[in-house]
Amino acid sequence: MITDFKFKGASIPKKIFIICMFMVMFSYVILIVYPLFNMFLSSFKSNREILTTPFSLPSTFDFTNYRTVWIDKGFNQYFLNSLIVTVTAMAFVLLFGSMGAYGVARYAYKASTLVYMLFLSGIMLPLKAAIIPLFLIIKNLNLINTRLSVILIFMAMGLPSTVFILSGFMKAIPLELEYAARIDGCNDFQIYQRIVMPMTASAVALVTIYNAVPSGMISFSLWYFFNRTHLKPYL
Amino acid sequence: MFPGLSVVGVFILLPLFMSLFNSFFSWNQLIRTGFVGFDNFKRLLFAFPYRERFFNALGNNVTWFVMTMLIQNSIGLLFGYLMSRSIVGFQAFKRIFFIPVLFSIIAVGFLWGLYLKPSGLLNSFLNLIGLENLRHAWLGEERLATFSIVFVNIWRWVGFPSLVFLAAIHTVPQECLEAAYLDGVGEWKLFWKIIFPLIIPSITIITVLTVIGSLNVFEQIYTMTGLDGSPNYATDTIGTLFYRTAFGSVDSGSPEIGIGSAIGVVIYFLTFGISLLSIYFTRKKEVQL
Repeated sequence: MITDFKFKGASIPKKIFIICMFMVMFSYVILIVYPLFNMFLSSFKSNREILTTPFSLPSTFDFTNYRTVWIDKGFNQYFLNSLIVTVTAMAFVLLFGSMGAYGVARYAYKASTLVYMLFLSGIMLPLKAAIIPLFLIIKNLNLINTRLSVILIFMAMGLPSTVFILSGFMKAIPLELEYAARIDGCNDFQIYQRIVMPMTASAVALVTIYNAVPSGMISFSLWYFFNRTHLKPYL
Repeated sequence: MFPGLSVVGVFILLPLFMSLFNSFFSWNQLIRTGFVGFDNFKRLLFAFPYRERFFNALGNNVTWFVMTMLIQNSIGLLFGYLMSRSIVGFQAFKRIFFIPVLFSIIAVGFLWGLYLKPSGLLNSFLNLIGLENLRHAWLGEERLATFSIVFVNIWRWVGFPSLVFLAAIHTVPQECLEAAYLDGVGEWKLFWKIIFPLIIPSITIITVLTVIGSLNVFEQIYTMTGLDGSPNYATDTIGTLFYRTAFGSVDSGSPEIGIGSAIGVVIYFLTFGISLLSIYFTRKKEVQL
């Protein structure tokens, strides 16, 4: 495009500008990549090696640290917990969330705006303020130190954004497609299953990534509900 | 939609209202005792230990907000703008800048906590390039601790505003830019007079997210300097103060749910109020094409 920063054929000051900006961005890339790379290198080193030669390559690539973390410190158990919690919660978030979004996007009834606003308030209100009553509710339901508590909280945290994003996408699907399906004899659930869901597949993928990356609030709440170590998820 | 709504209702909306309700009662451990009206709020804002801690924490939250707005979001805007102009290698930059955002806050916090220790990577690096007198206990000095944590957080988040601004600049009609370009507008004016006014809505979004984010800082402090906001409460924020009062895990010993709920409600109203204000002020600056 005409407004692109092209190096070829630019005037001298502009060339200097482009080079400077490129250098800025490139140094930021190094700032991002180097700490991560160093973390990777350090994972093969002993404590002493990290302190004496923090920048050099490890003398030998030995995997003792990995063994210590994975087996001796019980990381395999934590990882399994995270996997169970995330997969279960995501399955329900996607099922309930897409159904809820379809209901919000397509059915006109008296309380539909209210339902939408209730879901939205889950995004807009700062959830930190709710953590004490949440703790009491979990306690009264006898769910302290269970995986179910975290699954339920994870679901509750994930649903509002799921409904918000998916209903936006579903509103964009042409109504004619649904009419055609209905004429061909689909009932409501079949329309949802065969027409709407396949057409929002990309949005579903987006929502899955958005929710499966552990968001701050979820880890925050996890600190409270796990005292027993063998149920702790990795964070 | 009722399964979803009931889960959200029970685990998000109900606790929010209960929190407001709880802040009007006095509490003995986990048992609600008597109605005290606004007493919890009065104690939080005027009584001795709470007042100092609360305003100290609020001050730190303000520091977080100002630093994040000034540094993170302006770097984000610059990077987003440069990427929208297809600078060399922008496809690669776009992907790499987003990598840290995908890491969990806890992992980033522990990683940088190790690097910023007195014997950590950053000080070793300063040794290596011969700047020994710049060495500091980055997380141990009252003057520096908050700034160190803010910079770690900025390091993690820059990719997010840059992608938002990149997407926003892409929605600016190309004809506007080309017309201005052919009329011979300089780079500086092209940005400030044409692109900037047209991306105000996304600046609103980023501002509101920054407000919410910086009032809710918790994990960064927790992983890097600990729950009591050491050294000497220099990194304390409302989030950690809230945790300490509500769950009594560090200094007071016994949990004070009344005061804790009051802090929660204050966070709630502050977030809501400041978000509305920033929406109002940026809305006035929006232009229609």
